[in-house]
Amino acid sequence: MSEYLVNLKVNNIPVSVKEGTSILDAAKKLNFNIPTLCNHPDLSVAGNCRVCVVEVKGARLLAASCATPVSEGMEVSTNSEKVRTARKHVIELLLSEHNADCTKCFKNGNCELQDLASEYRVGDHVFIDLVKAKDKILDISSPSITKDDSKCIRCQRCVRTCEELQAVGALAVVKKGDHQRISTFLNKPLDEVVCTNCGQCINRCPTGSLTERTYLDEVWNAINDPSKHVVVQTAPAVRIGLGEDLGYDPGERVTGKMVAALRHIGFDSVLDTDFTADLTIMEEGTELLTRLKRALVDGEKVALPMMTSCSPGWIKFQEHMFPDLLDNLSTCKSPQQMFGALAKTYYARKKGIDPKNMVSVSIMPCTAKKFECVRPEMRDSGYQDVDYVLTTRELAMMVKQAGIDFMKLEDEKYDSIMGNSTGAAVIFGATGGVMEAALRTAYEIVTGREVPFTNLKIMPVRGFEGIKEAKIMIKGVKPEWGFLEGAELSVAIAHGLSNANELMKAVRTGKVNYHFIEVMGCPGGCLGGGGQPIPTSPDIRQKRADAIYSEDEGLPLRKSHENPEVAQIYKDFLGEPLGHKSHDLLHTHYKPRKRY
Amino acid sequence: MSNIETLVKNLVEKHGKTRNSLMPVLQGVVKEERYLSEDAMIIVAKELDLSAAEVYGTASFYTFLDTVPRGKNIVRICKTISCHMKGKDEIIEALENAMKIKVGETTHDNKFTLLTANCLGWCHKGPVMLVNDVVFPELTPEKALEVIQDYVKNSK
Amino acid sequence: MENKTLKKIDLIFADYTSSKYKVLEKVLEKTPDEIINEIIDSGLKGRGGAGFPTGLKWKFTKNEDNPVKYVICNADEGEPGTFKDREILERVFRKVLSGMATCGYAIGAKEGYIYLRGEYLYLVPELEKEIEYFDEFAKKLNLDFRIFLRMGSGAYICGEESALFESMEGKRGEPRNKPPYPTVSGYNQCPTVINNVETFATVQIICKIGSEEFKKLGTSDSRGSKLFSVSGDTPTPGIYELELGMPLTDFVDNYGDGDTKAVQVGGASGFCVPRKHLKDTIIGFEGIPTGGSMMIFNSSRSMYNVLHDYLEFFNEESCGQCTPCRVGCQQLLKGIESVKKGERKPQYLDELKKLASTMKIAAKCGLGQSVANPFNSIVDNFREEIIY
Repeated sequence: MSEYLVNLKVNNIPVSVKEGTSILDAAKKLNFNIPTLCNHPDLSVAGNCRVCVVEVKGARLLAASCATPVSEGMEVSTNSEKVRTARKHVIELLLSEHNADCTKCFKNGNCELQDLASEYRVGDHVFIDLVKAKDKILDISSPSITKDDSKCIRCQRCVRTCEELQAVGALAVVKKGDHQRISTFLNKPLDEVVCTNCGQCINRCPTGSLTERTYLDEVWNAINDPSKHVVVQTAPAVRIGLGEDLGYDPGERVTGKMVAALRHIGFDSVLDTDFTADLTIMEEGTELLTRLKRALVDGEKVALPMMTSCSPGWIKFQEHMFPDLLDNLSTCKSPQQMFGALAKTYYARKKGIDPKNMVSVSIMPCTAKKFECVRPEMRDSGYQDVDYVLTTRELAMMVKQAGIDFMKLEDEKYDSIMGNSTGAAVIFGATGGVMEAALRTAYEIVTGREVPFTNLKIMPVRGFEGIKEAKIMIKGVKPEWGFLEGAELSVAIAHGLSNANELMKAVRTGKVNYHFIEVMGCPGGCLGGGGQPIPTSPDIRQKRADAIYSEDEGLPLRKSHENPEVAQIYKDFLGEPLGHKSHDLLHTHYKPRKRY
Repeated sequence: MSNIETLVKNLVEKHGKTRNSLMPVLQGVVKEERYLSEDAMIIVAKELDLSAAEVYGTASFYTFLDTVPRGKNIVRICKTISCHMKGKDEIIEALENAMKIKVGETTHDNKFTLLTANCLGWCHKGPVMLVNDVVFPELTPEKALEVIQDYVKNSK
Repeated sequence: MENKTLKKIDLIFADYTSSKYKVLEKVLEKTPDEIINEIIDSGLKGRGGAGFPTGLKWKFTKNEDNPVKYVICNADEGEPGTFKDREILERVFRKVLSGMATCGYAIGAKEGYIYLRGEYLYLVPELEKEIEYFDEFAKKLNLDFRIFLRMGSGAYICGEESALFESMEGKRGEPRNKPPYPTVSGYNQCPTVINNVETFATVQIICKIGSEEFKKLGTSDSRGSKLFSVSGDTPTPGIYELELGMPLTDFVDNYGDGDTKAVQVGGASGFCVPRKHLKDTIIGFEGIPTGGSMMIFNSSRSMYNVLHDYLEFFNEESCGQCTPCRVGCQQLLKGIESVKKGERKPQYLDELKKLASTMKIAAKCGLGQSVANPFNSIVDNFREEIIY
């Protein structure tokens, strides 16, 4: 965008904006809100819903304000009679092809179409109901995502998300005219196509057409069953997102209130995925150092760069798109699955609970975790390690259903054991966080000193740039790590699968040389996950990231290896990182899948 | 390599390995196969590095890029206004009766698929139909049947 | 108003010797600016229906600072009732190639494409032969301009210029947002001149006879003559080249069957003119512009059926991306059906007319915007036929 300023008037008020600005943004600058549906700040401009039309003086046609750049001397009216009539027509048309069964809809109360209908007082709208005539296609094949065609308004946000942000292309617009709809390859169910279950489409769906597959009933039933001991774990990014669905502004940390609410709801043990995030660092850090040693000292052929494996959307993406690079993935399970395997073994034994009576629930900012927990390899405890996964949004629903006045709750602390964590675990929720946590620990293991960054803040790996790179010089190592003396550790970080796609293509062709790569499947990392509160936008992601880093700074322990419960579990149960027990419970393997 | 794989690879070689080649490649497959099978679309997607959904989404936009199996000969009768006025309904009825199928269906021997089409550009000489790429204007039910008979007789 | 009467002209199909590209040879002696000024001076407006001044389009594209530019011939003739482009391609294709080459030379493009509708696949062998011949000839003239043939596959909307680019780029034929216009960002996001088949043929004629001679035909708003595709209730269906600016009544006197009730000017997306308005309707940009489709209906025809046919057509051929067109077309079709069946009151037609008027100003492209033309003109003039 150029720096050249364009002068125009919106509703008779003059405004100057940079050349290339849309009418929509120019109006926003004057605090005139224009409704939108197909427009989303993360996506390319479509201009197809036409709800944002405005009148430009002298033009025969109304202009889609999201798709029309300003021009010098333009006079725009955002609320003329022509505009209001057209906008109301558009909303009525959308409602006529929409299954407006709002009271029964999962998105009831958080639906952009519902809001518009209410704003424009579309009462008993005049047009003929087209839903009846259409096939109502409900796809519940996926353990993560439910797709209800009858609620789709064809804004194509999901298609652009899947293609532009995630480079997956599971969804596409098919057919034309009155048969046009959003579908998959040959209309196959979602569990038979390349869908990674990332749920980014859900985050951007303006209606209830794409939602998470919900397990609220199953979890309530377990809680209400006196014979069951229900443990719950909460992922790092949930505590900085949950507040948004419960009355707080984005960026509010609600860790203590969330713990209190979980107890009120009736979970028997309220534990923290952050504990296994710290554990992941011990395992994954050791795995990286071992791989480096085998490559550099023993001259073995070892798959490098090593890549993180915490993000199940990313894992499935890699299995579909880069099956040739599966050996590069760390064998570490994700923190959720490490937690699941330990809950029904270590925790159950310590607390004297029969694992067959244990129900393991996790609260995740993620929909891919719902798929991950039912993967057949995730049963190392002898049971399904994690039984149900709920999104941040579903937890907010539970809080409301339980009648809890969330904002008035007193802060509470997690249960012990498997409830303690460090700042290193908290930052797992942001892109670059796993890398930063791993570096804080690995550097100290190797050199005996803290990473050479002020206040442990490794700034080069932070931020929302699509692909980040950093190099760290390793000097003054302990004798046993002598082979690393003077080595420069080269790392890269990608978030959002289209960035991961670019990075993997570069790795595959040997264009780049890294030792360690962190990938998170969702834009911004887990804080922007497919299970986080809706809406999500670049601004909101920034606020959540700020919250994560301030949570980290506020904690007394900020390095995974300093977590006392982690030390305890190695002493009492696991032995050592990458040991026999770890291998059985905390590590896994991956399977190649077809892209087509 | 399967036949379809060879076909697609040759087409991609001819038209280039870019997205811009998608239409000519799909058209080339349809020319040989009459429709785009699941396999064909997958191979095209692979060759052009596109998602399968995107290939299907594009193909299904175009009426002539069928994604369901079609008979050896595709009969398309123009149904738009001028041909309607000149009696396309009688043509359709005659062909439906003769072929013992309805519009949209394929004969049991897989010889003919009967379809309708929007304006074929012969409004002054309607009713008109296309059999594959050949156009037959100024039809009467008798003439339409003769055309079909001719295809049957000559085992086209 | 200039009083014109119906006058048959013979330029487009006339004087077609197989003798090479004489006109083109002559054209290449001029500078690009001279050519563009000649086309601007001729007042030629696009013959596809929208009627944008051709010379200006060329000038805008020439002025764009981009080393890659394209010339595209829109041969996706799909408007119901139009068949003149096919005839031009069959009979005087060389004029089209000459017009395209003229454009390529004038704007500085090295590649030209003809996007031919899939329904005309049988034309391909002959066209390819001609293109091959053209290529050789261009080489001889030292003209760095090649022409390629690309096919459509049965989608009316691909006649919309930006949808056509999308299709050529291997995508669904979904129209783009405008601006940017093709002159700035067209095929492959490069500056592109896209003109209808007849427009390019007419360019060749202007180059041959000169703009002064061309301007003698037609009116100040509608210069020259154009082809009309005549169908429906007429004893003489076919293609006729007529001077622009004639009153519709003249046309009906010549081509009607004596019992004309209405004429649909401009195809399914055009206007329906009832008998009582024939006299005061001018065929041209000052009256009703048309890509050339003239469908005549006599008193035996039900205008409900006519409108129903059109709406079915739009329902199928809408690309489906924008709300007003995708859902609006369905509502209009279902709406007249429900009024006809008596499920809805006749006044519902007024709601539908308002909806059509919204489509006219709020749809993303010309398809959705023009559905109101047949809808409102037929409902206004034949309301009883729609209801009863």
